[in-house]
Amino acid sequence: MTTAETVPDHLHARLVRDAEAQGLLDVAYRTLDSPYGPLLLAATPRGLVRVAFAAEGHDRVLADLAARLSPRVLAAPGRLDAAARELDEYLAGRRRAFDLPLDLALARGAFRREVLDRLPAIAYGTTRTYAEVARDAGRPAAVRAVGTACATNPLPLVVPCHRVVRTGGGLGDYLGGTGAKRALLAMESA
Amino acid sequence: MVPFEQVVREHGPHVLRVCRAVVGPDAADDVWSEAFLSALRAYPSLPEGSDVRAWLVTIARRRGVDALRARARRAVPVADLPERGVLDDLPELDLYAALAALPPKQRACVAHHHLAGLPHAEVAALVGGSPEAARRAAADGVAALRRSLL
Repeated sequence: MTTAETVPDHLHARLVRDAEAQGLLDVAYRTLDSPYGPLLLAATPRGLVRVAFAAEGHDRVLADLAARLSPRVLAAPGRLDAAARELDEYLAGRRRAFDLPLDLALARGAFRREVLDRLPAIAYGTTRTYAEVARDAGRPAAVRAVGTACATNPLPLVVPCHRVVRTGGGLGDYLGGTGAKRALLAMESA
Repeated sequence: MVPFEQVVREHGPHVLRVCRAVVGPDAADDVWSEAFLSALRAYPSLPEGSDVRAWLVTIARRRGVDALRARARRAVPVADLPERGVLDDLPELDLYAALAALPPKQRACVAHHHLAGLPHAEVAALVGGSPEAARRAAADGVAALRRSLL
């Protein structure tokens, strides 16, 4: 028995098509090359549910999606065409806002969800501090919780947690690395 | 529970080999597709710790039997046998035609053990009977193949 065999492409594509037609494609995913390394994109039927940098470990992220959403996970690029196109345009500096259905099912806790819901209101090319976001969300003391919400953002880039920085000019941590955060902010303010 | 994509990658080629052995290369794609779609539907309720490969082979075999029954019902006579199947490690032998000529139990045991690599005990669980009977059927099948091919 050889072990290097793979399923023929036409059979995989047919499985994806049939699964989608019968409502069995709970999580579709693909990867996308970017200036910050390969990105994993995943979507439920409701919308884009996950964007992950390579640093998070794509296999680990897929295992987490299987555990927390559904194990019916398939590599199915079709559902992610629009998301991949908009991310490409954004990363090339040709798009300032995303127009995609989002599924925030992976946001844990009402406050983190509230923070994530507010982030798209931070305009392209501008930043807010963690403290300001906490105040905007009506909990000025919850600065640390805002940091956690950003650090666990399931949709980085699309939900712009990179626009939230420290009071006093520090960048703050970023899922994609501080270098990526600095580069994104530089691109947006160019 | 691992993502289903990983199940397809790890076991898909093996199950395709079983499908080809059971129904021949032409119908194998349909049987494989139906089997994996059924498996995807049932996957979330598969008990933890199950032998995923044996489970998939069982589903594929059931689908294969359905396909063979449907084919028998149609019973359209054909002038020529289908093109010779391509099995990479036995390119010179008309293996599918020879397999198809075996009695069903021998064919199933040869396919599951020699082509799909299942131990006789698992083959017995799939086709019924004891492991020893499965071993004997596989051995008889191979002997018959040897006679017809060599």
